[in-house]
Amino acid sequence: MIDWNGWFTIICAGVVTLGLRASFIVLPADAKVPGWLLESLKYVAAAVLPALIAPDVLFRDAPPGEWLNVYRTTAAVVAALFALKTRSIFGTLAIGMATLWLLKWWGPL
Amino acid sequence: MKTTRSAFIAGFRDQAPGILGNVPFALITGAAASAAGVDPWLALGMSIIMFAGAAQLAAISLMAEHAPGAIVVLTVLIVNLRMMMYSAAMAPYFRHTPVARKWLFSYLLTDHTFALITTKFNKQKPPRHLDAYYFGATGTMWLVWQAGMAIGIFAGAQVPAKWSLDFAIPLVFLSLVLPAMHTRSHWAAAIAAATAAAFCASLPLRLGLIAGAVTGVIVGMCFERLAAAKTGSRA
Repeated sequence: MIDWNGWFTIICAGVVTLGLRASFIVLPADAKVPGWLLESLKYVAAAVLPALIAPDVLFRDAPPGEWLNVYRTTAAVVAALFALKTRSIFGTLAIGMATLWLLKWWGPL
Repeated sequence: MKTTRSAFIAGFRDQAPGILGNVPFALITGAAASAAGVDPWLALGMSIIMFAGAAQLAAISLMAEHAPGAIVVLTVLIVNLRMMMYSAAMAPYFRHTPVARKWLFSYLLTDHTFALITTKFNKQKPPRHLDAYYFGATGTMWLVWQAGMAIGIFAGAQVPAKWSLDFAIPLVFLSLVLPAMHTRSHWAAAIAAATAAAFCASLPLRLGLIAGAVTGVIVGMCFERLAAAKTGSRA
């Protein structure tokens, strides 16, 4: 059975995504864009990505009875410091994963 | 970058670290879809139609909860709103690109590509063969992403959970967002967004994500206004 509802949803999601990506690229160079829009867009990436990161790092797979996942939080802080220093995508990934594995293998919790 | 061929290869080479970082991301997103009980063909179709990892992941978790389609699309809109900012930053580079190709290039635009192009090239005078470079950087990213998704979906959750490979996803986001922290207002936006999202994490339908994003943007804008009022000039 085909999930028409699901396909309709992802097609709408795809149209929205393409529209956002294409917006300024396909717009004529002299088109007027409202100032408030440009001003708020400056902070979109700075807001959305941390809003995705925070619950995933702080709470996911927290040990039973604990509200904070100390290992994931620690590994993320180490990776963030590395990312700020080096700006290397792959290095950040490697340092963060290595820190988490080390803590899980060797840590007290 | 003397020929289109060498430009294509240069694009691929410069994008390679980003592509490599996206491999676990794609595998996990695919595995998450099959673990959530999303139809494999629907999950693969979503990946090809959207080609946006963070939004796909958010959509999958909502579809697993049988959330209404409108909520899924709204969440995708919020998660992908940053693409509009990328689009604004990329537009000058593609001023002379044919329209059909502009749509194709828009479809292929991701966080990594935005970061790569805007840091590497001057938008006042983009290099010759930028189109080939862009295609080398994004086409390969597309192929690897779809392949990783397919393996993740059909191989399912074969990777042991104790490897915590899903931790790669926030790490990829971290490596993307930190270089974008240009001013104190950006930091204010990020801290406010993270705090609001954390406090609202237990809300249903991933409303915490929307709350965090909206809070962050408002705080960033207010912070900029306050800083400007203090120094007497626009920051």
